[in-house]
Amino acid sequence: MPTPDYDPKEVAALQADQLASAVSAGRAAFAAAPDLEALAHEHTRHLGPRSPVALGRRELGALPPQARADAGRRVNDALTALQSAYDERRVELERDRDAHVLRDETVDVTLPWDRRPPGARHPLTLVQERVADIFVAMGWEVAEGPEAEAEWLNFDALNIPPHHPTREEQDTLWIDPPTAGLCMRTHTSPVQLRALLERGAPCYVVVPGRVYRNDPLDATHSPVFHQLEGIAVDEGLTMGDLRGTLDLLATAMFGPDVRTRLRPDHFPFTEPSAEVDLLCWVCHGTSTDPGAPACRTCGSEGWIEWGGCGMVHPVVLMSAGLDPDHFSGFAFGMGLERTLMPLHDMADIRDLVEGDVRVSLTLGVEG
Amino acid sequence: MRVPMSWLHDYVDLQTTDPRQVAGRLTEAGLKVERVEETGADISGVVVAQVLAVEELSGFKKPIRWVTLTDGSSEHQVICGATNFDVGDTVAYARPPAVLPGGFRVDKRPAYGHDSDGMICSARELALGDDHTGILVLGKGDQPDLPLGADVVEVLGLRDTVLELSINPDRGYALSVRGIARELATAYGAPFRDPADLGDRAGGPAGDATAAAYDVRIDDRDGCDRYVARLVTDLDPDASSPRWLQRRLTLAGMRPISLAVDVTNHVMLELGQPLHAFDRAKLTGPIVVRRAVAGEHLRTLDDVDRALDPTDLLICDDSGPIALAGVMGGAATEIGAATTDVVLESAHFDPVSIAYTARRHRLGSEASRRFERGVDDALQPAAAAAAGRLLEQLGRATVAAAITDVDLRRPRPVITLDPSLPGRLAGVPYAEATVRARLHDVGCAVDSEPGDPLQVTPPSWRPDLRVPVDLVEEVVRLEGYARLPSTVPAAPAGRGLTRQQRQRRQVGRALSAAGFVEVLAYPFVAGSTAEALMLDPADPRRPSVRLANPVSAEEPFLRSTLLPGLLVALGRNVGRGFADTALFETGSVFRAAPPGAVMPHPPAGRRPADGVLAAMEAALPAQPLHVAVALAGHWERPGWWGPGRLAGWADAVEAARTSAGALGVALEVAAAEQSPWHPGRCARLSVAGTIVGHAGELHPRVVEAFDLPARSCAMELELAPLLAAAPEIVPAPIVSAYPPATLDVALVVPIEVPAATVETALRDGAGPLLESLRLFDLYTGDPVPSGHRSLAYNLRLRAPDRTLTADEAIAIRDSAVAAAASRCGAVLRT
Repeated sequence: MPTPDYDPKEVAALQADQLASAVSAGRAAFAAAPDLEALAHEHTRHLGPRSPVALGRRELGALPPQARADAGRRVNDALTALQSAYDERRVELERDRDAHVLRDETVDVTLPWDRRPPGARHPLTLVQERVADIFVAMGWEVAEGPEAEAEWLNFDALNIPPHHPTREEQDTLWIDPPTAGLCMRTHTSPVQLRALLERGAPCYVVVPGRVYRNDPLDATHSPVFHQLEGIAVDEGLTMGDLRGTLDLLATAMFGPDVRTRLRPDHFPFTEPSAEVDLLCWVCHGTSTDPGAPACRTCGSEGWIEWGGCGMVHPVVLMSAGLDPDHFSGFAFGMGLERTLMPLHDMADIRDLVEGDVRVSLTLGVEG
Repeated sequence: MRVPMSWLHDYVDLQTTDPRQVAGRLTEAGLKVERVEETGADISGVVVAQVLAVEELSGFKKPIRWVTLTDGSSEHQVICGATNFDVGDTVAYARPPAVLPGGFRVDKRPAYGHDSDGMICSARELALGDDHTGILVLGKGDQPDLPLGADVVEVLGLRDTVLELSINPDRGYALSVRGIARELATAYGAPFRDPADLGDRAGGPAGDATAAAYDVRIDDRDGCDRYVARLVTDLDPDASSPRWLQRRLTLAGMRPISLAVDVTNHVMLELGQPLHAFDRAKLTGPIVVRRAVAGEHLRTLDDVDRALDPTDLLICDDSGPIALAGVMGGAATEIGAATTDVVLESAHFDPVSIAYTARRHRLGSEASRRFERGVDDALQPAAAAAAGRLLEQLGRATVAAAITDVDLRRPRPVITLDPSLPGRLAGVPYAEATVRARLHDVGCAVDSEPGDPLQVTPPSWRPDLRVPVDLVEEVVRLEGYARLPSTVPAAPAGRGLTRQQRQRRQVGRALSAAGFVEVLAYPFVAGSTAEALMLDPADPRRPSVRLANPVSAEEPFLRSTLLPGLLVALGRNVGRGFADTALFETGSVFRAAPPGAVMPHPPAGRRPADGVLAAMEAALPAQPLHVAVALAGHWERPGWWGPGRLAGWADAVEAARTSAGALGVALEVAAAEQSPWHPGRCARLSVAGTIVGHAGELHPRVVEAFDLPARSCAMELELAPLLAAAPEIVPAPIVSAYPPATLDVALVVPIEVPAATVETALRDGAGPLLESLRLFDLYTGDPVPSGHRSLAYNLRLRAPDRTLTADEAIAIRDSAVAAAASRCGAVLRT
């Protein structure tokens, strides 16, 4: 029914049949699109801003209100129909791409890639850092000292008398001339003194570092090795505190099942003194039973010697200007090679000192 | 110290028979048992047999006997190479299938034309001693005292358990059966019989102290504070040590020698007192204990002529030195096969003096080991008496009643001990009664009124107990270290790692992430290292700190640069098949202390004055921390992805930049000629004008000296100035979200102008809106004029507050190019 404000101008694009043919052309084109790229191209043609339906829509404004409403509905229906045809086809093609096309791009991802040889840090560096972190977390600090050290700090102040055998040339490397009073430190213990002299008490420090002995290199000895020293001086420290601290360190290093043992030993700079042993984590001590198979890790001793420890000798405290009636303290020192080697079932200390890349590359990891 | 359990059982009654449990208890008490050795358990099939007939075989190079034996039930015939036995003697017969120590099987086998049905054993073959001169004759004559057919292991008591202990230097008393038995008695709460207490043993020379056995004079009281002498006469020179004595000594690890020597050794092992026996006939005049005089000599028992030092303590007679006191006797007064009269020396010497002498003459002996660790100074009369008694019993000797006892001992100091101290140091309270009981176990006399500090007199065998904490250790160890609590002390809040410690970790992480493998090389180098590195005579990097007693005579110096150790490690890795290797090390190098610095040596036990401590630091060699890398082979390997790239000088420089960059420090790079690098491929690295190191390709002669692959590269930096130059607080970047303007410029520059100079000019000219500058191409050749090269840079410009206009960007570029033109003669390539 013509309306009064009927615009005689025909809008062919809005005719139902025109729209229907645009829809069917679009549907056909979408259905025929062989891939996503072609589909995108058809999308532009049939649903893009210059597509017949979009162009027709632009004409809607020119229609009188009633005709505009009718035509608008028709245009929307056509757009919806086209969009759903497009969406259907796109889903189909995407599924097809996922199923086939990406497969055709397959590579062999197992091809090796070793273009850049990797780097690594030395296991002894890592173990030093690891131990330092354990103690720093408890409020301790990390102290250091020189490797070429004053005789007084390496021996005298530690209550090691002048005639003590460790001062002999077969044990200590002396710097020339021997009268200079300089040696390569034989332990990290001089740093005990350095820390106490510098900080006074209370003092809680660990000292990882290199030490020297006049031992020729063989499978189990090295003239250069690493120690971890710890010293705590405060009011009222006890051997129980020493034991607890060692237990904590052992657990951190060897896991919650590790068992420690303190047994009396002798060091000039501690009294009472003890050696701390670890129950062998491989044989659990059973290799000492008569007829039991030998254990390489502990040498069939059942226990692994870990380090020396004890209560700081009054002479050491006094050498640092501290009153032994007021302060007490404990100290411990263990070989880091001796910590690492049984842990990794290493038989030969030379592997740690020769600089073979295989050692750092294998063990220089946070395992 | 090796001690048979059977010997210990003589002095302590133990309920347990498990030697491993005993070993555990001793270890817990501080006498570490290293090994438990079962002896005799590996012998089987050896029985007592009697010789019925002997046929001497002829036609062999040595006497061979065809012997008929009876083991009481049957007869056997064996070949024997010994001749020290007769018909009727009883012997140890290994009857097949028998096993001897060491798993040696004895079966019936042909020998010297007969089928030998086993063998007759020597003492050594049964691990009974060292004697292998003939077979072991168990009984002489026709009246066998041992039952025929009996197991020799049983009748001779060969089955035993030997504990091998490692004795700490402070526990000299434990180098004796007496000391170990005492510890064992304490550990088990079992009764202990002191072997030094001779009163309960019948017979023997009690002694008469009012008469002198031999004239003795001590001229050096510091060296010797007690000297006991006994005179033994009419010793039967033919008397030999009985089997039990030889057996004990052998199990204890000593060789039986002669009766007199074996007896003194037995007493030493049992009591811990070393004895010496002089041949009375070879002594002239009184015995004098004194120090040596310069120029004196002594020929010791081992037949070595020794030049004596004035600090050596000597035993002398009118002829001069006759023994190195406490260390070794002299050859001239040695007892021999014909000795009948013996002067027994039982003395107490100063541990320090003995230690010095033993070490000076490299003469560690069982005696010196004990004297060095401290011998009981109340023991000398008992030890001499014990030896005398054994010589009477076993050698048919007479011991004169007279005793010489020169006793110059000083009174033993009394230690005042607060009875609460052991508990306070242990962290577990001990009742005062416990403290007293434990001190009593150790042998201390404790005297005090209740409530007062304890007045403790240590026993004569514990010279190591001198200060209160020594007593604390005794109480705590006997109460058991295993009973200590496990508590963790609360440290005051710490400051964490120091800045330097964090920085060093960061450098190590950066280098390892960049592909370098860390090594920890030995710091010992040869003097010729300086030449191998082509260092000038005046170069401060020449090794300057030398060891007086190096581990290896070829490498007496401490490293003054990290390179030698790294280059050796590089060569080793390449040699082991790792052709593409990049190594790094962080460590100290050593430079001699300034000449004239004198190391102070203050007394121990009190804090040195600050000036003394400062002088101590000043006299130490400088030990700066360095970081270095060494690399060879491919930096990027060839592979299925394409070609590789060999490591080159630029990778070494990059390693330096990586190290510095980890600290937020930019290195200035300039060309340098510096050994050991290639003179045209060496970069000098500086921070704020201070040279911190060098990097580049190594000089071909250095490569050759260290046997490295051609064109190996290296870098070394001193860390301290780098760490100091690191910005403590790094300002945050201005993160502008405005788009950048990127422009490329190609500059033609005379070839001698370093890229770093061009880059600096461009940066300066561009000003603050230059965000980054990157050289992306380098070109020489047509159409670039000869003597020039083209450097193509990419400039990225960005403003913090706006989008730069094209005009602004071009103006900045022109300004940068203008700066390069004026400073470096650069011409914009069009």
